Amino acid sequence: MSGYSITEPSRGQKRLAGALVILYAVITLLPLLWIVATGFKSPSDAISYPPKLVFEPTMEGYVNLFTTRTRVTPETLAELPPPDTWYDAIVRKYDMVIAGPSRYGERFLNSVIIGFGSTFLSVFLGTIAAYAFSRFKVPLKDDLLFFILSTRMMPPIAVAIPIFLMYRELGLNDTHLGMIFLYTAVNLSLSVWLLKGFIDEIPIEYEEAALIDGYTRFQAFRKVVLPQAATGIASTAIFCLIFAWNEYAFAVLLTSGTAQTAPPFIPTIIGIGGQDWPAVAAGATLFLAPVLVFTILLRKHLLRGITFGAVRK
Amino acid sequence: MKAAIGLSAIALASALGAKGAAAADLTLCWAAWDPANALVELSKDFETKSGHTMSFEFVPWPNFADRMLNELNSGGQLCDLMIGDSQWVGLGAEAGHYIKLNDFFEANGISMEDFIPATVTGYSEWPKGTPNYWALPAFGDVVGWTYRKDWFEKPELQAEFQEKYGRPLAPPATLEELKDIGTFFQGREIDGKTVYGAAIYTERGSEGITMGVTNALYNYGFQYGSPENPYDLEGYVNSPGAVEGLEYYKALYDCCTPPGSSDWYMSEDIDAYKSGQVALQMNFAFIWPGVEADPNVGGGKSGYFANPAGPAGHFAQLGGQGISVVSYSENQEAALEYIQWFAQEEIQKKWWSLGGYSALKAVVEDPGFATSQPYAQTFLDSMAIVKDFWAEPSYASLLLSMQDKVHKYVVAGQGTAQEALDGLVEDWTEVFEDDGKL
Amino acid sequence: MSETAMARAARATPPSAARRIRGLSDRAIAWIFVAPTIFLLLAVNIFPLIWTVRLSFTNFRANRPNAEVSWIGLRNYTRILTDDDIWLTMQATAHFLFWTIALQVLIGFALAWLINRKFRHSDMWTTIIVLPMMLSPAVVGNFWTFLYQPQIGLFNYAIAFLTGADPTSFSMIGEVALAPWAIVIVDTWMWTPFVMLICLAGLRSIPDTIYEAAECDRASKWRQFWTLTVPMVLPFLMLAVLFRGIENFKMFDLVVQLTGGGPGNTTTLTSIDLKREAFEKWRTGYASAYAVILFVTVFGLASIYVKALNKVKER
Repeated sequence: MSGYSITEPSRGQKRLAGALVILYAVITLLPLLWIVATGFKSPSDAISYPPKLVFEPTMEGYVNLFTTRTRVTPETLAELPPPDTWYDAIVRKYDMVIAGPSRYGERFLNSVIIGFGSTFLSVFLGTIAAYAFSRFKVPLKDDLLFFILSTRMMPPIAVAIPIFLMYRELGLNDTHLGMIFLYTAVNLSLSVWLLKGFIDEIPIEYEEAALIDGYTRFQAFRKVVLPQAATGIASTAIFCLIFAWNEYAFAVLLTSGTAQTAPPFIPTIIGIGGQDWPAVAAGATLFLAPVLVFTILLRKHLLRGITFGAVRK
Repeated sequence: MKAAIGLSAIALASALGAKGAAAADLTLCWAAWDPANALVELSKDFETKSGHTMSFEFVPWPNFADRMLNELNSGGQLCDLMIGDSQWVGLGAEAGHYIKLNDFFEANGISMEDFIPATVTGYSEWPKGTPNYWALPAFGDVVGWTYRKDWFEKPELQAEFQEKYGRPLAPPATLEELKDIGTFFQGREIDGKTVYGAAIYTERGSEGITMGVTNALYNYGFQYGSPENPYDLEGYVNSPGAVEGLEYYKALYDCCTPPGSSDWYMSEDIDAYKSGQVALQMNFAFIWPGVEADPNVGGGKSGYFANPAGPAGHFAQLGGQGISVVSYSENQEAALEYIQWFAQEEIQKKWWSLGGYSALKAVVEDPGFATSQPYAQTFLDSMAIVKDFWAEPSYASLLLSMQDKVHKYVVAGQGTAQEALDGLVEDWTEVFEDDGKL
Repeated sequence: MSETAMARAARATPPSAARRIRGLSDRAIAWIFVAPTIFLLLAVNIFPLIWTVRLSFTNFRANRPNAEVSWIGLRNYTRILTDDDIWLTMQATAHFLFWTIALQVLIGFALAWLINRKFRHSDMWTTIIVLPMMLSPAVVGNFWTFLYQPQIGLFNYAIAFLTGADPTSFSMIGEVALAPWAIVIVDTWMWTPFVMLICLAGLRSIPDTIYEAAECDRASKWRQFWTLTVPMVLPFLMLAVLFRGIENFKMFDLVVQLTGGGPGNTTTLTSIDLKREAFEKWRTGYASAYAVILFVTVFGLASIYVKALNKVKER
């Protein structure tokens, strides 16, 4: 666009628009910042009445997030050698000693395995299925596509009982594999619909040319279509990951000891008596980080991805 | 008694000797809360002595019942030992989730006579009142009250209260007096902050408001059924006294609770109390050690009293759990060893010192017990007056309709108390008909 | 395949014949590519669905494995459809659906339109606005109960700061009149960015040349907005509404953590009610019938909607 353009908004317009958007962004950020800030409060500051805007930051929340602690009698405490580390010292203030690591690390790792595993699988399966729907005559194509979409309409609670019973028979209850399959299946509808739109957009001539050059279908798919669809694949991956990373209903019903992910775990972090808000906030903050990084890395693709292909012309 | 313990110690030692070779990995399932952390600590002794290893699966209260009953109902082998809620015992027994412990108790000299009677009835027996035991009382718990002693002791407040109500500002003897205290504190300025009367249970989603409202209902004359037929509800559940009790709870909610306390249960009540919002707090006894240790309200600033009496009686809602062996477990022998170890007097004493409420008479009747903690006497007084919700296999359905009816009336302010309880009779009757008990 | 058929095919479409000789046939590839998806969906979605339908005609209770299961025909269905309480939960769900979608479309579209003014750093601010969407709904619900507490939460103090009202004079999740709005606010906070992103994509898909042409015709900005921008973005908006509609009809974790369905049954959405029947009362048969009714409702509404969407697209 050179020089003056009638479609380019004026500078004043831009400023006003910018101000309004920034205002919205600030408002929308407040609850998030509150969560992050709560992670650095002491338990009593977190529930202070009225709420505290200015507080003395402490790492207690993070210490409590990563450890389990036991209360000991003051006499025992007095006999103990002085604390070796700063986190020991924090815990001692409450007449407690660190008993061991908490399960947050484990749960987080489970989330990584299940989240990224199912994202990879749903994007992979989605890509090849979308390619087939886009390029080949598949019998009952439209019906199959609507069928795939309709699987997203089922409330998770509705299929949870049969899935639970089925998984028990197959030994998939509380396994990483079971959860990966489940999340993949839930995400497939989105992934197929999104990716079909992208692949539809790639001119068929590129492949034809490659085929004439002596590529097989597979080679053409790999060397021509995949690179062209990279944007679509990236943005699909973001959406799949956001879902699989944060899913709660299935996770709480189907996992426990070995394969439990972090979302059912985070609200269970308890302190003395009630919920340990700083630790919950710390857990939520850390849990947001991987998706955030992933999204920032792929943010250029996000916009294109969200159009869901379905309305792409 | 002493002999019995001695015997069981010998039996335990021999059992340990025999089983020493086959070390099992036991999983114990319970709710995620303070006492669970204490149990992890306590269990280390079992690990050293038995050679078995312990794993723990703790689920937060709001999901505890869903998650664990799902596990049991599916015949899952996750849990070898289950510290299940008191209301589950009927289901555990009738659906075969729990192992019956009578023979085991007999063989190892564990006698239910050695435990607080209310806990045996509440946590172990099914059907209630018969000597069929499905659990060993593990954690005694009961709803009681915490109050801000430091506020009560302020001379200006004492004088004002004396003038207004003609009696000193002290822990209430009746529910009516409790409401007076609540009204007195509601909206008052203390240390530069507006404070409120009482934090009470109002939670909608799981069991909160039921565990709260029963403390008023029982004492005003509510009964679960007629003494002859427990399923005869009409005129007991919705008796005039019961209606009055429900109206009392609503009046208490309206007059004396902090704004926004419409969906509060254990942890919200604690938060409100610790942050200095309320003078009184209704909560299960398990929080008391935490209150004592709190920098804001602990160390003598708080006092405790049992649920006050009403015009028709003096009861308190039972909480707490028994420990059971899951029938689907492959480590039943080792799980029984754990119970045997846990039942010993020495272990129970240590359990109490770590913040676990032992239900063993030898612990709570010890002369030093009542003074061992500021709340110990209140715990004893409360355990003497407990009453529990239904423990029927269908307790969840019964609970859900109670949550629905009571919350609608007390919090949402829809309908009348009479309508709420009449509706409850209708719902409960339907459940019992479905179960073939009526 | 016979020699002649192959030769004939090769003459008709030379490249495809060449393909076939070197690799698998297109048809085989198509099947290999589609089959895993279909298989997984059948196994994890359709098979349980059929099972659910089957259970819906029985009095089965998953917590009584030893009890006798009998066929009771349509009794579960008639019981549900004649239950007044269920109509109340449907109403609560409709209120939630209508207002979340309306607000998200309005705010989302407005934001997208503003961001499309391409002011400085607009990309950075877009990424920031998208943040709430990435949180776990369960954690969000859990945390907002905290934000909504009149004495210790941020929300009431923020409102008090703006309006001068006493922060403790109202309770978002405690009052029958406010609770339905409390859940609408949180859902809108969380998912407006999603609608915004779709709208933004729609706006960016409109070629500048169209506006330039309109400018030449001296169409006013207002007219351009209504006759060009809105119709061009409409298919995108409708798609956003479809996805938000499906998701919010299933809404469970956020609201259950936030209000538990209360006060009374004010915010008991159908999924919460369904969960109580299925996993608390363990009336599996009844809950299955309930699930089938919900599924048929969404499926029916979505099919009508998708038809309308396709019509808009064709225009």
